[in-house]
Amino acid sequence: MSSATTTPATAEKLPREHYLNATYGIRSWLLTTDHKRIALLYLISVTFFFFIGGLFAALIRIHLLTPGGYLVTPETYNKLFTMHGVAMIFFFLIPSIPAVLGNFLIPIMIGAKDLAFPKINLLSWYIYLLGGAFVLYSFATGGLDTGWTFYTPLSSIYSNSAVTPAVLGIFINGFSSILTGLNFIVTVHTMRAPGMTWLRLPLFVWAHYATSLIFILGTPVIAITLLLAGLERMFHFGFFNPAYGGDPILFQHLFWFYSHPAVYIMILPAMGVISEIIPTFARKPIFGYDFIAASSIGIAVIGFIVWAHHMFLTGQSTYSAVAFSFLTFLVAIPSAVKVFNWTSTLYKGSIAYDTPMLYGLGFIGLFTIGGLTGLFLACLGLDIHLHDTYFVVAHFHYIMVGGAIMGYLGGIHFWWPKITGRLYPEFLARVAAIVLFIGFNLTFFPQFILGYLGMPRRYHDYPPEYQVLNVMSTAGASILALGYLLPMVYLTWSMRYGKVAGKNPWPATGLEWTTDSPPLTENFHETPVVDWEVYDFEHRPELGLKGAIGKKPAPAHGDD
Amino acid sequence: MQSQLPLYPEQASNFAPQVDNLLLFIVTICLVFAVGICAAVIYFFFRYQRRNPDEIGVPIHGDLRLELTWIVLPFFLLMAMFGWGAVIYVDYRHTPTDTLDVYVIGKQWMWKLQQPNGRREINELHVPLGRNVRLIMASEDVIHDFSVPAFRVKMDVVPGHYNTMWFRPTKPGKYHFFCSQYCGTNHAVMGGWVTVMEPGDYATWLSGNTTGDPIAVGQQLFNNLACSTCHQADGKGRGPSYLGLYGSKVKLADGSTVTADDNYIRESILQPNAKIVAGYQPVMPSFQGQVTEDQIAALTAYIKSLKDQPAPGKPAAGDSATGMK
Repeated sequence: MSSATTTPATAEKLPREHYLNATYGIRSWLLTTDHKRIALLYLISVTFFFFIGGLFAALIRIHLLTPGGYLVTPETYNKLFTMHGVAMIFFFLIPSIPAVLGNFLIPIMIGAKDLAFPKINLLSWYIYLLGGAFVLYSFATGGLDTGWTFYTPLSSIYSNSAVTPAVLGIFINGFSSILTGLNFIVTVHTMRAPGMTWLRLPLFVWAHYATSLIFILGTPVIAITLLLAGLERMFHFGFFNPAYGGDPILFQHLFWFYSHPAVYIMILPAMGVISEIIPTFARKPIFGYDFIAASSIGIAVIGFIVWAHHMFLTGQSTYSAVAFSFLTFLVAIPSAVKVFNWTSTLYKGSIAYDTPMLYGLGFIGLFTIGGLTGLFLACLGLDIHLHDTYFVVAHFHYIMVGGAIMGYLGGIHFWWPKITGRLYPEFLARVAAIVLFIGFNLTFFPQFILGYLGMPRRYHDYPPEYQVLNVMSTAGASILALGYLLPMVYLTWSMRYGKVAGKNPWPATGLEWTTDSPPLTENFHETPVVDWEVYDFEHRPELGLKGAIGKKPAPAHGDD
Repeated sequence: MQSQLPLYPEQASNFAPQVDNLLLFIVTICLVFAVGICAAVIYFFFRYQRRNPDEIGVPIHGDLRLELTWIVLPFFLLMAMFGWGAVIYVDYRHTPTDTLDVYVIGKQWMWKLQQPNGRREINELHVPLGRNVRLIMASEDVIHDFSVPAFRVKMDVVPGHYNTMWFRPTKPGKYHFFCSQYCGTNHAVMGGWVTVMEPGDYATWLSGNTTGDPIAVGQQLFNNLACSTCHQADGKGRGPSYLGLYGSKVKLADGSTVTADDNYIRESILQPNAKIVAGYQPVMPSFQGQVTEDQIAALTAYIKSLKDQPAPGKPAAGDSATGMK
């Protein structure tokens, strides 16, 4: 281990050489094979798609202020929610944590110089861009109005919008996910530093391992399904349209076979982030490490056999519905195990309320609500009433926004000092986290009630009795928008003007915190050797904390 | 409807109180867990606040008994929710035998409905109080979904086959119905009103303004489409007889048996070779694209009206009363 990182932050300087200043020029970025630079390329591109998707969301919420619709025509409204879903799911949520934080951190966390296939990693980004270009072309030339679910025969025959480029774009983008997943799995298997055993892997790595399994097993199915829908649209092959001898329900089976596990692609990495943040800011080992690691794999495996719970009311057989409802209830257990373990980790901790921890605690609350409302929908009798209403919309936004995006932002803040070498303004960041939490709940909680009252989703127009709740939701969305803009501004500011962070500002126990901030292109000066257990503060005197065994004398450490 | 901010829609069918009770059960369990977890997080957050910047927490790595408890206990609660939900769903998917049948056809972006006596409605459905009603639903284009929040029921309306749903209205009044499955441009306005009437009022309403008995229409179609050339009443034509067919067990060429229900008749018209009746050749042409959903419904109504006729070579099927005239 190198020397303790406990000198006051103001005296610190950025390391003389690091991955950001190793080479200069646009070519050095566009042709880079450094996983950290590729992560930053992804950071810029997913943020771009997040703002496109967010803009559509803002227009949707403004439109729904009044029962008759406030802003746009029905055609435009349908395009807005479709493009919101496509941009957010396929081009923001799915790549966000894996391709940005996973890319940046997995090699450093396991003590490797890079991913196993650095050039393929760069290729993934270019494939993502190509897929994104097709989808943007679809948005710009007529838009897309099929819903992000592309149900046939609406998408394959009846829609008059630019469906073909969009499905091709998503088909292409699928290869990006597959290659990233492959890269992660091979890297974790073959490139761990000496001493980095499987049970010393950070839970962030376990979560990404599980996610990668879904990437490589699930993504080919959605890719081929959308391709079939595209072929039916272009050449009238009879796959899904009954008029040509196809079966529209077959599309739904294939679509959800991937798209349900895709929900776990979005949430598992966020759970990985939370599993890093909570022990760091409670300064104690995570409670039930093996159960959290195993539950990630459990979620990935059971997640593959619950897809038909999206189809309880398509006329599927009663027996099949009962079986899928049962399996869906089972998948709740590994998720609950994680929540219980995170909560228990706080017990007798030394808890700080730095920004990442605020996101971490917010995540526990929002994910709990999102997960529990999933039970309402898994429950057959209730799903008859709730299916395709705003209850579903609220439920999956609690998982995807309350869970996945809160996890993403928490992770961005937590590792920002490592990525840029500088700290963000702590006070503003705390304010933004709280604004986001309030705005989020005000936006989406009323939608649970709207759903139980029966308001169907994807409606540009609604009966007047639903207005009050819609206005509340729109008000919340404006607060939420402010909450997203704040970090954009202060994080950008901090890249140049933030306080220098030092190697390990929190301090945290992972291998990534033992190297420079920002790290060298090769990540470590010399190959690290891991001789400590994961999340162990007790036997790590070099962190300079009281209560550690074999304590070194060290000046006081400021915690923000 | 009721107040400015109601929490649940009106309860107007047999399923509504069942679903609401189940909701209450699940909400209670979930509230216990959500409040418990949030309270623990908040309590720990303040109780174990870091007092000294160098302080570390007490290293606790886990507890097997706790882990097992929070795996096993939720499992039983989940199974209770699963079981209760499944009971309601199975009931919902098993239609009683004494139903009043209404044909529903969804198309972009309207609903066409037809009462048993042939009275047609558009975006309106009238049903009698206290009677089991079955909707037999088909789509002419994309997938739709017929949803009545006050009844707590919905079902997708899928092109290519019939889906059915049932309910028993329990409260007179006018209730929204919606299309719940996104179906294109005017999805949001593809809805209307269900009117639940006292049985007497319903009978009066039903007798006014009929537009053609579907059985008569079906009989005419049966001749016009030349079905009768092959499907002769005595079963001696190239196709099997249609007398006493509806609801009976049909023996197929591959040795299996199917029940001749709405979907069987529909499939036999559109994909005649899917199921070949034992003793006949697969020679019937497909009528895919040549008959509309309305016409299929009329043909089915006609065949259904003959369900109590003796099938050739078989004794009479009995004289049980039916909802059909």
